[in-house]
Amino acid sequence: MSASPLPVSSSPKYPGVRGSAPGSTIPRRAVLLGALAAPLTARAQGFASLGTPTDGFALPDRNTRLTFPADHGPHPDFRIEWWYLTGNLSGPGGAPMGLQWTLFRTALAPGADAGWDSPHLWMGHAAVTTATAHHVAERLARGGIGQAGVTASPFAAWIDDWQMAGPDMDSLRLTASAPDFAYDVTLTAEGPLVLQGDRGYSVKSAGGQASHYYSQPFYRIAGQITLPGGPVPVTGQGWLDREWSSQPLSADQTGWDWFSLSFDSGDKMMGFRLRGAADFTAATWIAPNGTASPYPDGAFTCLPMETAPVAGRDIPVRWQVRLPDRGVDVTVTALNPAAWMVTSVPYWEGPVTITGSHGGHGYLEMTGY
Amino acid sequence: MIGAVLTALLSHWRRHPVQGVTLILGLALATALWAGVQAINAEAKASYAAAAGVLGEGQFDQLVSANGGPIPLDTYVALRRAGWLVSPVVDGRLGSVRLVGVDPLTAPGGIGPGDGDIGAFLGGGQIIGRADVLAALGDTGVSLVESPDAAPGVAMTDIGVALRLLDAPGLSRVIVAPVQPLGRLPLDQIAPGLMRQAAGGADIGALTDSFHLNLTAFGLLAFAVGIFIVQGAVGLAFEQRRPMIRTLRALGVPLRMLMGLMLVELLLLALVAGAIGLALGYLVAAALLPDVAATLRGLYGADVAGTLSFRPGWALAGLAMAVGGALLAGIGALWRLSRLPLLATAHAGVTGTQAARMAIWQAGAAMGLLVIAGGLLIWGKGIAAGFGMLGCLLLAGALALPPVLSTLLALGARLARSALPHWFWADARAGLPSLSLALMALLLALSANIGVATMVSSFRLTFTAFLDQRLAAEMYVQTRDPAQAAALLDFVASRVDAVLPINERAITIAGTVAELYGARDHATYRDNWRFLDAAPQVWDRLHRGAGVIINEQLARRLGLALGDGVTVAPGRVLPVLGIYGDYGNPVGQVILTENLMTSLYPEEHPLRFGLRLPPANVPALRDALTGAFGLPDAQIIDQGAIKALSLQVFDRTFTVTGALNVLTLAVAGFALLTSLLTLSSMRLPQMAPLWALGLPRAALGALDLARVLLLAALTVLLALPLGLALAWVLLSVVNPLAFGWRLPMYLFPWDYLRLALTALGAALLAALWPARHLARRAPADLLRAFADER
Repeated sequence: MSASPLPVSSSPKYPGVRGSAPGSTIPRRAVLLGALAAPLTARAQGFASLGTPTDGFALPDRNTRLTFPADHGPHPDFRIEWWYLTGNLSGPGGAPMGLQWTLFRTALAPGADAGWDSPHLWMGHAAVTTATAHHVAERLARGGIGQAGVTASPFAAWIDDWQMAGPDMDSLRLTASAPDFAYDVTLTAEGPLVLQGDRGYSVKSAGGQASHYYSQPFYRIAGQITLPGGPVPVTGQGWLDREWSSQPLSADQTGWDWFSLSFDSGDKMMGFRLRGAADFTAATWIAPNGTASPYPDGAFTCLPMETAPVAGRDIPVRWQVRLPDRGVDVTVTALNPAAWMVTSVPYWEGPVTITGSHGGHGYLEMTGY
Repeated sequence: MIGAVLTALLSHWRRHPVQGVTLILGLALATALWAGVQAINAEAKASYAAAAGVLGEGQFDQLVSANGGPIPLDTYVALRRAGWLVSPVVDGRLGSVRLVGVDPLTAPGGIGPGDGDIGAFLGGGQIIGRADVLAALGDTGVSLVESPDAAPGVAMTDIGVALRLLDAPGLSRVIVAPVQPLGRLPLDQIAPGLMRQAAGGADIGALTDSFHLNLTAFGLLAFAVGIFIVQGAVGLAFEQRRPMIRTLRALGVPLRMLMGLMLVELLLLALVAGAIGLALGYLVAAALLPDVAATLRGLYGADVAGTLSFRPGWALAGLAMAVGGALLAGIGALWRLSRLPLLATAHAGVTGTQAARMAIWQAGAAMGLLVIAGGLLIWGKGIAAGFGMLGCLLLAGALALPPVLSTLLALGARLARSALPHWFWADARAGLPSLSLALMALLLALSANIGVATMVSSFRLTFTAFLDQRLAAEMYVQTRDPAQAAALLDFVASRVDAVLPINERAITIAGTVAELYGARDHATYRDNWRFLDAAPQVWDRLHRGAGVIINEQLARRLGLALGDGVTVAPGRVLPVLGIYGDYGNPVGQVILTENLMTSLYPEEHPLRFGLRLPPANVPALRDALTGAFGLPDAQIIDQGAIKALSLQVFDRTFTVTGALNVLTLAVAGFALLTSLLTLSSMRLPQMAPLWALGLPRAALGALDLARVLLLAALTVLLALPLGLALAWVLLSVVNPLAFGWRLPMYLFPWDYLRLALTALGAALLAALWPARHLARRAPADLLRAFADER
């Protein structure tokens, strides 16, 4: 595990990581959880109280066995949770595009009161990325009044008019709308669910912070995206991540780089690096039949090769990614370096192309820059 | 040399301290009233800005329930799930405090707790407000957060907390974000009971503009009166220093330096006076602000902070006015000084030929201003033209005063039969130029007083009569829902003479929201209502469904006359049968017959009822309703209580006007006093010959007193027609523009008489001291008048 060649922000300059939502986050998209509180926290160095792990929230447990469809639904005793879908699509003439639909839940207190007293807050992010354009929208909602929520069976996750719903997780309709874009696509599962880490228990730091984490990386997507120029038909592949926890990041962790890669061979790989005093990495190799092989800290490495100025920051837009155990040594390049999420807590999320030992495409998320 | 010259110039003030105090006090008073009014306006504007920023009032479109009822939570959620970016608001009164609940997660553009801790706002619940608001709130069990940036008069909290504290059945309104996503369903498919109200429709700033213009006009008037004082004092100081200036120039001081130094002196005095004026203005504004706040709340429903903060804006404006005013007053004197021949005999005062030339010029200017006022009346548009007309009239009156007085005094002299009366008239006429500025100030203050008092009293008479017409039912009852309404009708059926349902909903006419009422065919309306303009058999035709009656505001706003069509429902246009006065209501109103209302809007059920019964039975029925029927006391109000409340709001509305009136009159009285004081020594050469001819000093004093009283009395007489003209302009030109209604003008002779006596009393007081001074003058002083150079 090599030290990051990039300067790492250790000041609370950028909301979302340690600064504005200290401790309210766990790795990977957890920062965004802070973000849910972010309209909240970005302005008020608040939510520090959320960081104390002893305020009644449930903690991830290595012995918990995930059961479905119940675990598709919300876990109100945990502080943070998300339903996170990314898709690599192609439009007319094969032009590559990316699509993102995310629903975050964060709780001010454990439990599930109804009505305005509900402690749950919901945040939705939607984006469409092409090689030249990046459209983003965000929605915020209170729990308890029906404006946003998730039911496990039949499955429905919604915020306002955005929704991901269907009879079960294998067959879903996904919609989102914004002033400058909208989409309406179907998701059809072509493989099994994949449990990340140790049967769905995913460790995030040397100190033992962890989350419950499973994925559905085998969606086939078809439908329509409406852009300022009009509607276009799209097809492609989608990857859903489900994760929940209550635990904070380690004190020294400042951000992460997360990759979901689909190779032309049919194999897939999830890998992340948490940047801290010492970087922490983890990865899962997913065979075409869905068999998952987790890798411990250090097996997976990623190295920024080139940065681009985005939103006043230097963001790595080309990476060298290696998993030597599987012979992976690839260059991962952003389709559109400007895939900056202008949301309550800003971050980078966009489609990537893969060249090198393997070809393919995937999604990259970077926070804390 | 500069130091020596400055010392010499300033020594004048040491020898004439009263003159110095007059100058500074006059300018300070003028600045105080101007700055005070500006401070009040600035505070109100800041309050509107806070309301717009923190609560989004007037900034965003809103959805409101068409029948005025609460919006169910389900409707809000349905809107969000259909893609509408809307945010819920609940708005109610908790005791005396207006409590507004918002949802910061969905609210557009910064509505919410601002920089506060949103986690605590949502989580534990917080109520944010200014200190006075929080203090009035009492114990709610929710933690209080004091914020000076909060909108005045409003406590803000999370919507969940507000719904619980207010025990509200639903949302008050829903704010619509300015930018909406693609592909929403139309509003009438999701929430047919809601209507969209355009942003700015409730823009308090625009509604209250006329009121602030009104205040500004008052401030300017007071400033103009103050400038008369300063003009007099500055002019006098320059005149009296002519011998000194001649001497200085003979000693070799360059004219340019002398003028520069006098300018610096004037600026210094202006700055000192301006600073004092600002302090006084702050006190005036702080004293008046609570009443202004009450007025704005009563008239427009606008919340304005009751406490004043210091804002550099109005302070700088006030100081600039002080310096500008002093320069204006001094520029003429400086100009005369620059043309002063080095060796000319120094003599103070205005010569007869100068005065005659001046009078012709003044009369001509007055005529010109009257023509402009007439032109504004015929062709002028908007409220600014109305105030422009007021200004022209006032100025014309002031300018016409000296020539008119001079003519009257000449007439008096011709009627005099013996020497002393003849001298008296001639002396009064000769002294007129020196006193004319102070008399002009008196005229302005008096006519403004007469005009405003006539306007307010006419308004009050009309308003009281209007309340008697409109609040004809003895008792008004509010029910909670249709079931309770039906039960109430059963309960009172045998107990009252008649029930008048008040079926009301909001409609949009030409883009603005108006009230639509369904009226029952009952003698109460036929007997009591008076129309400003109506077709024959208006009630019969109304109740046949052949038309509507509308209030004056709507008629003026949309330019509607009898017979014009009003759209009362989609595709349903009815002609106007009558137009009625509706004083004190900013909103347009349309009344149609009850049956037509029910057929157009079958979903509306009246929840409010007027009950007709013998007045003696009111207490018994009230007891029965609160006791046997179980209606909360707050849902019943009797006629007497409403009338008392309405009149109380009305009276508070014009407290400020009254206070400003009194202050203006006080300034004018002071102007007269200072003019007389500074003139008393200058009149010595005129009085000395009379003394030498054998007139006792006491008689001289009495004559002087009589002269001032005569001039004041003539001014009062001239102020009456001018004041009545002002009242007419206010009632018939400014009011329809500012409020949307025209008022009949009534006359109040006893009020005018009291005002005249007050003015004469003020003049007497002002003249008493100088006259007494003259009566006790040492004979040696009078003798010296013959020895002096003039």
